[in-house]
Amino acid sequence: MTDAHTLFDKVWAEHEIVRQDNGECLLWIDRHFVHEGSFHAFNQVKARGGTVAEPGLTFGVADHYVPTRHRREIANPDIARMVALLKENAGTHEITLFGLDDPRQGIVHVIGPEQGLTLPGLVIVCGDSHTSTHGAFGALSFGIGASEVAHVLMTQTLWQKKPKRMRVTVDGALAEGIGAKDIALTLIARIGADGAQGHAIEFAGSTIRNLSMEGRLTLCNMSIEAGARCGMVAPDETTLAYVRGRPFAPQGDMLDRAAQHWQTLHSDADAAFEREVTLAAADVVPIVTWGITPADALPIDGAVPDPARESNPARATQIAEAIDYMGLTPGQKLTDVRIDRVFIGSCTNSRIEDLRAAAAILAGRTSKVPGLVSPGSTSVKRQAEDEGLDRIFRTAGLEWAESGCSMCVGINGDLVPPGERCASSTNRNFRGRQGPGARTHIMSPAMVAAAAVSGHLADARVFLAGRKG
Amino acid sequence: MEKFTTLSAIACPLGLANVDTDQILPARFLKIARADGLGRHLLHDLRRDEAGNERPGFPLNEPQWREAKILVAGRNFGGGSSREAAVYAIYDSGIRCVIAPSFGDIFSENATKNGLLTAIVSQADADAMTAALVREPGRAMTIDLERQTIAHAGATYPFAIDPSRRERLLKGLDDIGLTMGYADRIAAFRTRDRALHGWKYLS
Repeated sequence: MTDAHTLFDKVWAEHEIVRQDNGECLLWIDRHFVHEGSFHAFNQVKARGGTVAEPGLTFGVADHYVPTRHRREIANPDIARMVALLKENAGTHEITLFGLDDPRQGIVHVIGPEQGLTLPGLVIVCGDSHTSTHGAFGALSFGIGASEVAHVLMTQTLWQKKPKRMRVTVDGALAEGIGAKDIALTLIARIGADGAQGHAIEFAGSTIRNLSMEGRLTLCNMSIEAGARCGMVAPDETTLAYVRGRPFAPQGDMLDRAAQHWQTLHSDADAAFEREVTLAAADVVPIVTWGITPADALPIDGAVPDPARESNPARATQIAEAIDYMGLTPGQKLTDVRIDRVFIGSCTNSRIEDLRAAAAILAGRTSKVPGLVSPGSTSVKRQAEDEGLDRIFRTAGLEWAESGCSMCVGINGDLVPPGERCASSTNRNFRGRQGPGARTHIMSPAMVAAAAVSGHLADARVFLAGRKG
Repeated sequence: MEKFTTLSAIACPLGLANVDTDQILPARFLKIARADGLGRHLLHDLRRDEAGNERPGFPLNEPQWREAKILVAGRNFGGGSSREAAVYAIYDSGIRCVIAPSFGDIFSENATKNGLLTAIVSQADADAMTAALVREPGRAMTIDLERQTIAHAGATYPFAIDPSRRERLLKGLDDIGLTMGYADRIAAFRTRDRALHGWKYLS
């Protein structure tokens, strides 16, 4: 045994209540977020006649089903029922709710950090796979299923087995117009959509240190798309500056004590990782997906792969299936792929910095296709409006809507019609993800904006030339 | 939760890799309560066309595999969204075991919680099983969780599973009951943790 520990190990150790011989550990949960989809878990609690153990550490968020237009009266009764059910469950169990009409409402993985509920060193869970997002603060944060949600509701704990550790080190300066989304897709294309299965990722290196909190959130958000259990970035001055002054964050002496502790939350120099991956920032270029898993990603100057040239027969079949679903041609240049619409939003890329990046390209230009912009939270929306970004989107011809998961998962009714092709700042290009038969290309918000003004997939750098980003 | 010990049943070769939980149960069915029936929506958009008619050639639509209780799939089965309803859709359609070279982490845990076995085999064994199932679709496959073996058409394949998941499936263990037994230790942890890391507690 060595005394050197990883960031992940340190946070885990602080939360371990019981360790069984088979490796299962009972962990204390610091924050638990529930949303409309958590109704299965509330039903389980009810069926057992249970109660919520720590309502003060549990927060309800209306995001998955909320309409992004006309939300005063929800037209679809099924959706209205889902939103009402969350309100009812939050009320019954005395859980703070960021509901539809709350000025703090937004996507759970945007408002956790925004409200100061997400802090370094916490264990955070939610019945949503993109809970990995909060790892940007050096929290251990991961998605869980409904039975686990019920377990956390009733006990504020969870049985977990330690995953393996993986470090992804990125060094060097990113070129203009390239951001965290490009790093994430480059990584996933390299290691595969299951490349980090069974692992907790720590993102390290000078490129990561120089990322804003928004960028780190995007990167940790996408770690689940590599199959990782979670993604983490060690807290630093950038983290502390972000946390300071947030509504639920510690203040005064308590913040000083916390900050002192957070300084210890980093991987020791000799700490061992089961797997190490390194990327050079200089090799990260604007990247888009062409297929039906996030690993099907290529630099924008590339071409659709040709299954006939693939030596692995299983992979050739997958490529052929993806090309068929996506309606593409082998060898087709990615910049020749015409799009039908764009979407800017989701827990991956809907924060103020994302909206600024897209607006920097859209300013003074017109979108050739229709599109929707859904800010990550109601407060991001207000800030964007204060900065005039909404006018840029509207003038370009895009719709400026309210906040929610919206067209990333489509369960609120914001759908890409069958057969249509969408350039999207979201996280999943799975078959039918944005609606039955929808074809999704995922990319950074700047790349979505470039695609909008081009009418086809395009290189964001071309549109930034001569402009300040 | 129902125990899982052994199972002899028809197995369906699904073949596909990266069957994410959006494929297993598309998002538009997530509003449905389990009691109202999720099994009929299993793999809906792969199984049915836009008009809702079954796509001919999709394995689960073939008469020999309609009643399968075992699925043999490609790598990375159940990746993506954490929706446990994907497991409900599988289980409630009568399937009790999925065999694949790898699974999404959250999916495997959701499966265990509901008595669905996720058996990990090598890619070569998955390919061999798939070929044998196509060759002899009427022959039952026998799964023994205690021994971690799959027997089919004269061949026996080993499978891997996390030991704690195996134990929970074999005994039909209920986590919440187990955890409640540690109530004193949980309370003691909270008191100690609050003294050390007071900023984590909001009131």
